[in-house]
Amino acid sequence: MVLYLKDLNLYNFKNYEDLKLEFSAGINCFLGDNGSGKTNLLDAVFYLSMSKSYFNSIDNQNIRHGEEMFVVQGNFETADKKHHVLCGVQTGQKKTFKLDKKIYERISDHIGKFPVVMIAPNDIALIYEGSEERRKFFDSLISQIDNPYLLDLMQYNHYLKQRNTLLKQFAEHNRIDRDLLAAYDEPILRLGAKIFARRQTFMLEFQPIFQGHYETISQYKEQTQLVYDSDCAVAEFSEVFRQNTNKDLALQRTTLGVHRDDFEFKIDNYSLKKFGSQGQQKSFLIALKLAHFEIVRQNKNLKPILLLDDIFDKLDEKRMSCLMQMVADHTFGQIFVTDARPERTQQIFAQIEGDKKFFNLQNGQIRNE
Amino acid sequence: MVFSSKLIEEAVNEIAKLPGIGQKTALRLVLHLLKQDENFTTSLTDSLLKLRRDIQYCRHCHYISDEPECNICQNKSRDRSLICVVESSQDVIAIENTNQYRGLYHILGGVISPMEGVSPADLNIESLLNRLPESEVKEIILALSPTMEGDTTAFYLTKRLKTFAIKITSIARGIPIGSELEYADEITLGRSILTRTNYE
Repeated sequence: MVLYLKDLNLYNFKNYEDLKLEFSAGINCFLGDNGSGKTNLLDAVFYLSMSKSYFNSIDNQNIRHGEEMFVVQGNFETADKKHHVLCGVQTGQKKTFKLDKKIYERISDHIGKFPVVMIAPNDIALIYEGSEERRKFFDSLISQIDNPYLLDLMQYNHYLKQRNTLLKQFAEHNRIDRDLLAAYDEPILRLGAKIFARRQTFMLEFQPIFQGHYETISQYKEQTQLVYDSDCAVAEFSEVFRQNTNKDLALQRTTLGVHRDDFEFKIDNYSLKKFGSQGQQKSFLIALKLAHFEIVRQNKNLKPILLLDDIFDKLDEKRMSCLMQMVADHTFGQIFVTDARPERTQQIFAQIEGDKKFFNLQNGQIRNE
Repeated sequence: MVFSSKLIEEAVNEIAKLPGIGQKTALRLVLHLLKQDENFTTSLTDSLLKLRRDIQYCRHCHYISDEPECNICQNKSRDRSLICVVESSQDVIAIENTNQYRGLYHILGGVISPMEGVSPADLNIESLLNRLPESEVKEIILALSPTMEGDTTAFYLTKRLKTFAIKITSIARGIPIGSELEYADEITLGRSILTRTNYE
């Protein structure tokens, strides 16, 4: 099924005061110098899909300097329906998120309705940073295809915060209430077991798709491994968790559970971070994103919108041509691309058939289309 | 807001501290009071002062009362084998308005939330446990909000009540009457499928 963003309207979002854009259902290129706000446009599209920024998790900091609020709105079109999505952020107030003029009671209900996949230079953090980055990546992916999972996750995190606060309070007051602790153990174990099971089945589905993409991109037959590593992967985790209570009390935090899960990236059973070449790492990241695209497409029967940030500079020719071949084959639906070098982009896309639109940006304005 | 009088400003600021009342409404109320007889204001403030000074909380159930024992606990016709545990006095009023319940109540005064600094000791939990020995209570109904904090509090209470041979129940959760199924949120709908009841 077709999904595309028809238009976008920004008000005081990042460097944009007031901007209205109409898009092509095919390829859209944002061209302009560094600092002209190309990536901000991708982020605005990301906002409408995921209700938050890809780059800055603090909503307030996406308001234009010196202003009080921003509004991002746009119209999505699917096969037969049109949907208006609006996100408004005002300092000191709750974020408003609306679908077809109706405010969401739970913004998380929106996730997965209009899926996007972003490929950006800072994705490298997935390899180099701690386990939190990888959990975020997979959680956001699973949430797009399984909305109740997101709700379980949010509840788990809430109970976890309460439990950790409680552990600190026990230490402060030098008093332990085991019954009260048990009241948090129960939901943490129950939700944790659900999250663990979902991540497990997800990885089984994801791994072969990922391997396929990796082979296509790297053109080598190296065997990749995405190893899901969890405290919960033992028989009778509840028992282990409860036996660990004294350690939790001593350290004043919950030391076991799905909040510590990691996803190890390996090639031929060696750590990608330590032993992978730059090329292997780049291929790995692109394959992750393409597998993300593919799994959402299969599950939702909908091609996610693809957001490509600055990939021409960051990808080498081999991987680039592989990606462009997929574009030419119409593997993807709507695509947004940023590039600081207009001639290059125009040249690359000149060979590709289909509807295209170029936007030249300067100081938060469109110069010409 | 700029006021011509310090007196008005003070009154407006005080009234605007009330829930649901902003500066504009507060100003309207203040100006209204000024238009009325002086008696109107004195009787208003007198009644508020008296309310604050003389109000009591029932020594059994902590419900708002004029006497040490509230009218529900005093009422001989109420079913003393049932205690319904709620968060606040408003919840008692809401349940009373249903005309479906003839038992007693117990008001916790909130729900447990470590992050907001509310521990079991801040709630009327011990007094609930103290009520039970030598009472006729056979069943405790937990009528707490279906939030994460409400659930935690219910779970904790169940643990603490285990030592008593008393039946513990919880109010049903599901689809509001008169609403349409397709508009129900998935969690509520899912839960009402799981905890479906026999058709009578």
